[in-house]
Amino acid sequence: MSNEITIKIDGVEYKTQEGEYILNAARANDIFIPAICYLTRCSPTLACRICLVEADGKRVYACNAKAKDGMDVTTTTEEILEERRAIMEVYDVNHPLQCGVCDQSGECELQNYTLEMGVDSQSYMIPDSKRESTNWSSVLHYDAGLCIVCERCTTVCKDMIGDAAIKTGPRGGATLDKGLKESMPKDAYSMWNKLQKSVIVPSNGTGETNCSDCGECVAVCPVGALVSRDFVYTTNAWDLKRTPATCAHCSSGCQIYYETKPTSIEDSTEKIYRVTNEWNYVSLCGAGRFGYDFENRVEGKDIEAFDRAVEALQKADSIRFNSVITNEEALMLQTLKEKFGTKLVNPDAYAFQNFLRAYGRPAGKLLYGSDFKEIMSSDFVISVGASLRNDNPNARYAFNNIQKMNKGAGLYFHPVGDKVIEGLGKSVECFYHKAGLEEAALYLILDLFADRDKLPQETIDYIESFHTKGTKIVKEKVMESVTETVIDSETGESKEVSKKIPKMVEKEVEVNENALVTLLGGADDFADKFAKMMKKKEDFALIVGEDLYFHPKATNLATLVSLIESACGMKVAMIPPKTNSLGVALICDLDESANGYTVGYNEAGDFRLSALGDGDLDMPAMNQQEGTLTNMNKRVVPTNAALEYNGYELNDLMSALKSGRKLTIHWTEMLGNKKGFQAIEFDALPNGYTNSGEENRGYLLKNIGKRAGSVKVEKFDETLSLDGEIAYRCNPQRQFSDFTDKAHQIFETFSLYASPSKAQLLGEKVEIDFGGEVLVCGVVVDERMGGDIVKIPDFKSTKDIYSLFGRDRFKTVTIREV
Amino acid sequence: MSLEQFKNRSVGTQTYKMVDYEPTPDTGMGRFQRVVSRTFRGELFVGLYVTMREMINALFGGGMHTTKYPFEKLPISPRYRAIHDMLRLLESGHYRCIGCGLCEKICISDCIKMDTRYDENQRKEVTEYTINFGRCIFCGYCAEVCPELAIVHGQRYETASEQRASFSIFDDMLTPKDALGQQQEFDGFGAVSPNADDNIKKTPLAY
Repeated sequence: MSNEITIKIDGVEYKTQEGEYILNAARANDIFIPAICYLTRCSPTLACRICLVEADGKRVYACNAKAKDGMDVTTTTEEILEERRAIMEVYDVNHPLQCGVCDQSGECELQNYTLEMGVDSQSYMIPDSKRESTNWSSVLHYDAGLCIVCERCTTVCKDMIGDAAIKTGPRGGATLDKGLKESMPKDAYSMWNKLQKSVIVPSNGTGETNCSDCGECVAVCPVGALVSRDFVYTTNAWDLKRTPATCAHCSSGCQIYYETKPTSIEDSTEKIYRVTNEWNYVSLCGAGRFGYDFENRVEGKDIEAFDRAVEALQKADSIRFNSVITNEEALMLQTLKEKFGTKLVNPDAYAFQNFLRAYGRPAGKLLYGSDFKEIMSSDFVISVGASLRNDNPNARYAFNNIQKMNKGAGLYFHPVGDKVIEGLGKSVECFYHKAGLEEAALYLILDLFADRDKLPQETIDYIESFHTKGTKIVKEKVMESVTETVIDSETGESKEVSKKIPKMVEKEVEVNENALVTLLGGADDFADKFAKMMKKKEDFALIVGEDLYFHPKATNLATLVSLIESACGMKVAMIPPKTNSLGVALICDLDESANGYTVGYNEAGDFRLSALGDGDLDMPAMNQQEGTLTNMNKRVVPTNAALEYNGYELNDLMSALKSGRKLTIHWTEMLGNKKGFQAIEFDALPNGYTNSGEENRGYLLKNIGKRAGSVKVEKFDETLSLDGEIAYRCNPQRQFSDFTDKAHQIFETFSLYASPSKAQLLGEKVEIDFGGEVLVCGVVVDERMGGDIVKIPDFKSTKDIYSLFGRDRFKTVTIREV
Repeated sequence: MSLEQFKNRSVGTQTYKMVDYEPTPDTGMGRFQRVVSRTFRGELFVGLYVTMREMINALFGGGMHTTKYPFEKLPISPRYRAIHDMLRLLESGHYRCIGCGLCEKICISDCIKMDTRYDENQRKEVTEYTINFGRCIFCGYCAEVCPELAIVHGQRYETASEQRASFSIFDDMLTPKDALGQQQEFDGFGAVSPNADDNIKKTPLAY
């Protein structure tokens, strides 16, 4: 797609890709060009204008000028330096001198660039206007007084997150003296002119953002204007110890830093104050950023409980666990299975494992072909079976980023209406189909995108059977000329005047009707829209979600996905249901159901090992242990312990059972015995990003081929579609597991989530009848939901939602108000 | 003075002035005579007189030089670095500390700790502040780095205590509210230099 070219920066030749921005090319080669408003992976904002450089003798902005072959770039000239200094001087006009208490505490880009440009005197002035600091949401705190309106927050919210919850609004400041236009450098003037007029406000017109509370705006803020409410004035950045880690909440496995410091003068135990990320290369969600205090504080080692746990593990018939565990722990459990024949039960990983196996059979693969990083570079993305907003924030960011950055288009197949996805772009088409019709959705994709030569004849015939040639009456506007006789009122003469009048004419057009589109609830004019969407598109991607793994015909769906990948030339990536489902699916041989004496690890059981602090033996939580996680990008990434843990861990239990290693991390290299993994010791795993944005974390799983077998796809089963009152097992945004629930800044409750119209019908508290078993919970309105399907979260393990839903994600239920 | 003089290390050529001593007697009688004359010369009483005069002056003339230490203390230089004081703003009486944490950062013996929070008036409130005087080496960096002249070295230099380490909390060091009038400006490290105004470039202000 892209070609390597050579450009000259400050007289030295460098290689870069065609179409790359000069700024990114320079950064990748370790050359410094100052830039405040630009964010990698987002569109250039051109607010700060400080990245001014000279390319082939012309002044351009490095952040939005693309590199051309043979281009000669000069990063500093006398004139540019003068311009940059003027810009920094302007930024410093009326910026409060509160550096002493500002939460940016030395990590301030305004401060850095002011010193970099050597601003030691001020030559501009303007009366200041009062700018209030406000709280935008339960987590966001905005101090307009400190804001330099670089618009990084609005850019990331629009281009990456997709909420577009904030925008620039009027500041009401004094207007600039027109004379300045002549006297001061040009770019500094236009930057100031814009700055003086704007401030950041929530885009819905109220004082509250009502967004997904991801806090990415806080992360990208170059000054201390945007801070999380919990963090304001609690500590200086330089006092915090940064521990590189991996977020343990969903399958994205984002790179994060836990930042710790003693709790207070009285209490010297370490506490996590905040979570930060490499925001140029990875975007966190609200759970990752604010759900950090889920640690399990333990006084010391409880020897008696430990002995009981060893006994319990020895006599256990099955072990029930979830996927919020490391690869190492999964391997330990698998070792137990091999030694004692214990059953391993993990419903989410089990479903995913079966789906992966069925998917891999026709093509002879271990894993899905692509990953989300590759998907981000495509220009047409399709999502099937994933509630993108809730299941995996990073998949949603990728979906959104494609619309905004690649001028892309998207198809979203899901039974539950989602207003956020609808608003991601004009070329996003949502199919809110009936639950259970996921097979039909995949057939429609085959129909729309497949290369007919690569499909078996049987399938072609089947697809074609949905097409009917029909006629349709289309209304058209036609200009008709009419002749009228007009009598002139003054002279009394009659005149003939002819004029043209628009008229609606009905016309019959021959159309190719597609029954699949109708079945899936697509718009009537989908064919036209689709033709528009397909213009100039060459790179297609498919995101597959959890609904398919928990579908009665999951095997057929997996085969269809495989067929789509091969016949449509699409990049396919799957969203593992929970944090480490992919790792568990690859490491453990899982069983369908538990029986006999059960040990639960963070789950219900006769004996409970728990990192939640409520079990029979305490275990360390994810922020207290070392190990590796397998994320949805098929990468094995390391995580480190941010907080100390005084109790026993799983490896101690293993040692008591005579199969432990000295340390948990000694299991990391043992992973090499498992397919796809490599035998690399823990300490050799990197966890970071390079300047060019390359992910340098852990290692990629090998997609080792298996023997390909031929599998036929089955026709879809329309009878599987559900009618009536339907419940969908889906967590609210920012909630993923008991651990996010434990965090004090995650407020989403365990309730039934419904669209405003549906919630009105339901009342405040309801009883949900699953055909025997009954769940009682409150009703919460999710304004961004649409349709009548309600969402029931599964993040609380004590509620045992998986057993209520069984092998499905959609269930017909009866809901009564109580 | 040129270096020549220093380089000349030949002592004998210097112009020494010899003290005019009598020659040492070399006969027994001569020595005896010297002892008798030295013994009965009035010099002894000259010495006794000086002592007596000073004693009388000290006792009755107010010329006593002894400081009665625990009851009396000598004034010390403003640059002396003793136990810290936390000062208040003279106008409002509010403590000067803004909680910036620079003292905590610069402290080389890592003995300063502070807790801060976002208060109701949208200010950074210092909820607690301690110095571990068992570790403090009184280097004065904290006072020097303080941008608000809030933490300064006071005059309290008696640091003996029953415990090896004694801690001081914010209230111990803070000027009592009723003693605001007696609060003294600090002249030591970190204080504004007399010519500070000359070193500042003025910023244009539009109001």
